[in-house]
Amino acid sequence: MAVHQRQTVPQAADRLMPSGAAHHEQVVARQRRGRIWAIVFQAAMLAGIVALCALLLNILNQSFGYVAIVNTIDPAELAVDGVPLNELPKENLVEILEANISAGLMRRYEHDIPFAERSRENVHDLILERVVEPQVQATWGLFDSIFARDSVFAEADERFPGSDVYFRSWLTTSFISKSQSSEPLRAGVRTAIFGSLWVVAITILFSFPIGVGAAIYLEEYAHKERLLNRLIQTNINNLAGVPSIIYGMLGLAIFVRILELFTSGAFLGIGDQSTANGRTIISAGLTLGLLILPLIIINGQEAIRAVPNSLRQAGFGLGATHWQVIWHHVLPSAMPGVLTGTILAVSRAIGETAPLVVVGASTFIALDPSGPFSKFTVLPIQIYQWTSRPQDEFRNLAAAAILVLLILLLSLNASAVLLRNRFDRSRAIA
Amino acid sequence: MSRSAPIAQAAISAESMQGPVAGAESTSESVLGGGPPLDLSRKPRVAESLIQGFLFLCGAISILTTLGIVYVLGRESLLFFANEEVNLLKFFGGTEWQPAIGRFGIWPLVTATFMASLIAMAVALPMGLCIAIYLSEYAPQRTRSVLKPILEVLAGIPTVVYGYFALTFMTPLLRGIFGRDIVEIYNTASAGIVIGILVIPLVSSMSEDALSAVPNALRQASYGLGATRLETAVRIVLPAALSGVAAAFIVAISRAIGETMIVAIAAGAGPNFTFSPFRAAETMTGHIVRISGGDLSYDSIDYNSIFAIGLLLFLLTLSLNVLSQWIVRRFREEYE
Repeated sequence: MAVHQRQTVPQAADRLMPSGAAHHEQVVARQRRGRIWAIVFQAAMLAGIVALCALLLNILNQSFGYVAIVNTIDPAELAVDGVPLNELPKENLVEILEANISAGLMRRYEHDIPFAERSRENVHDLILERVVEPQVQATWGLFDSIFARDSVFAEADERFPGSDVYFRSWLTTSFISKSQSSEPLRAGVRTAIFGSLWVVAITILFSFPIGVGAAIYLEEYAHKERLLNRLIQTNINNLAGVPSIIYGMLGLAIFVRILELFTSGAFLGIGDQSTANGRTIISAGLTLGLLILPLIIINGQEAIRAVPNSLRQAGFGLGATHWQVIWHHVLPSAMPGVLTGTILAVSRAIGETAPLVVVGASTFIALDPSGPFSKFTVLPIQIYQWTSRPQDEFRNLAAAAILVLLILLLSLNASAVLLRNRFDRSRAIA
Repeated sequence: MSRSAPIAQAAISAESMQGPVAGAESTSESVLGGGPPLDLSRKPRVAESLIQGFLFLCGAISILTTLGIVYVLGRESLLFFANEEVNLLKFFGGTEWQPAIGRFGIWPLVTATFMASLIAMAVALPMGLCIAIYLSEYAPQRTRSVLKPILEVLAGIPTVVYGYFALTFMTPLLRGIFGRDIVEIYNTASAGIVIGILVIPLVSSMSEDALSAVPNALRQASYGLGATRLETAVRIVLPAALSGVAAAFIVAISRAIGETMIVAIAAGAGPNFTFSPFRAAETMTGHIVRISGGDLSYDSIDYNSIFAIGLLLFLLTLSLNVLSQWIVRRFREEYE
């Protein structure tokens, strides 16, 4: 700043402008304070970024790394005439299975799918599952596995003699394609992914038309000065700030209990009759729909407000009715904004956990949901349950499931950003 | 077809945009397309009215949601307080929450909630404000366009992931710093710090909006008087944006109180009347999640009790939100 040059100013100005050594020192002190605080502000920003990196690295660290595994029976012992297990033909594999598991279990497998119809891989998997029975003894994080490899092996040798130590990625294709299991090495998120997709589909079907409808009403029809409309507007703003768990309790009381006849599917005679209650996909979807409705309405209102008034006037001028103007001109031009807002709201719904715990997600289901009236679990619930288990290997599973969830959300958000950019560009051209 | 005068007359002004066009009827003989004059404004449009009615219903659903919340929480809470073992005095006077043996003092849950929120605010308010000042007053345009999406990513991560982060990163970190004997595996400090990280983007983006809305003339006047950048930011811009910043703080507190998954995972299960941040304690939201996650039979005292807690939570957060809106309205500095 120009303050330094003040000393050369002629004496006459002294009565107006302070100067001298004391003043100079004061200015220097002020500037020093300014520099220190500038560093503090930057440090705060940096700390925020560090927190984000720590969060992501922590999840990566837990998703990959060495595991120590002990097999009940060494696969090498199962080799027939020197041919290792994974090269044996199907007939040998069935014999091995028969020799090692109880007759009852064998009959159950035969009952599920006859062995004659099973593929070689399927029988091989059964052997690994029931005969070899690998058990996770310990797991290590990614960073330990990379930077302290020797100590990992030393520790494994010392604590778990005879264990197999190998590098394992917890996020694999079979993790995505397999359903829930109590055995960490075989557990997957397939059921949870399907559950999430079903719930989100219901949420969108419910909240998108109603949210956009409400936004149109508030922006295009409502007289702002009327008390009722002001009430609706204030109410929507307040609903956006209600904690999500309250919506869960609303869903529990209304959809699960009072509307049980409908949400359990009993009124159609379908659904799971053995456990016929309202804790179904449709209850969860409607609850999340109510939760994101205010977000969709607020975003939709902003998008509709941004449509230039000249467009409406042109429509009215040509004799279009109010609805024709909205349907043919306002909505198409507001749609990219509305969709962006909806995608952001939906990604919030996908990550939401607390209301679904309250509505009553199932703790353990291995069957894919078959429709809106099935019991459900979703990805965040699965993560919550695995995180709550004390064993380390379930934490690894939770980390892998978090990666799946984050990738899903990231692709959704990326599509929202793309949509917004495309919209901006087309507007710039027009 | 020519551009005739009636069409020009029918064009309406921006003020009369609401509702079907008033004054659109043709007055002259030269009606578009010929034929006798029509008074289209009187024509009953059933479909239009139906559509408007449907759209109004869409808007009304939000009112129904609020009424539903109030009805559900109120009804079950009334059933809870109608129980002969429970009364308001015990509810707000007791320091033990054990529904199984008839102890219904809400304080352990409330203190845990406030402790976690307090820790969260100690992290989020200074950090969020510093980030907001940096982004609005210091950062060059290019840096800002990189940093703001990063904060948006932070805001878009599901809370269950933060809960995982609290349990597998923050707790071991705290135990490493303060010692394993002092810090329990489940503790409010770790949950509180992570809630703080969660609400940083909320505080910073709302505060930054308020700071950026302050007109540049104020800054230039301040620089012209010889103030440094810091003095301009803290003594001129911040006071001018104070209502928005205060509103951001209050919304953040409300968000921290209502935050559920982080405390459910990291703060511990079981109500505990303690003021030590390193001990396990269950918050209101954590308690609701734990009770409703188990096998819950309807109309039991457990079932009704979580609605009473929910009502308290709803009233707390609602009053904070209303307060923040009031502050913005009441104390906003208007600049031309």
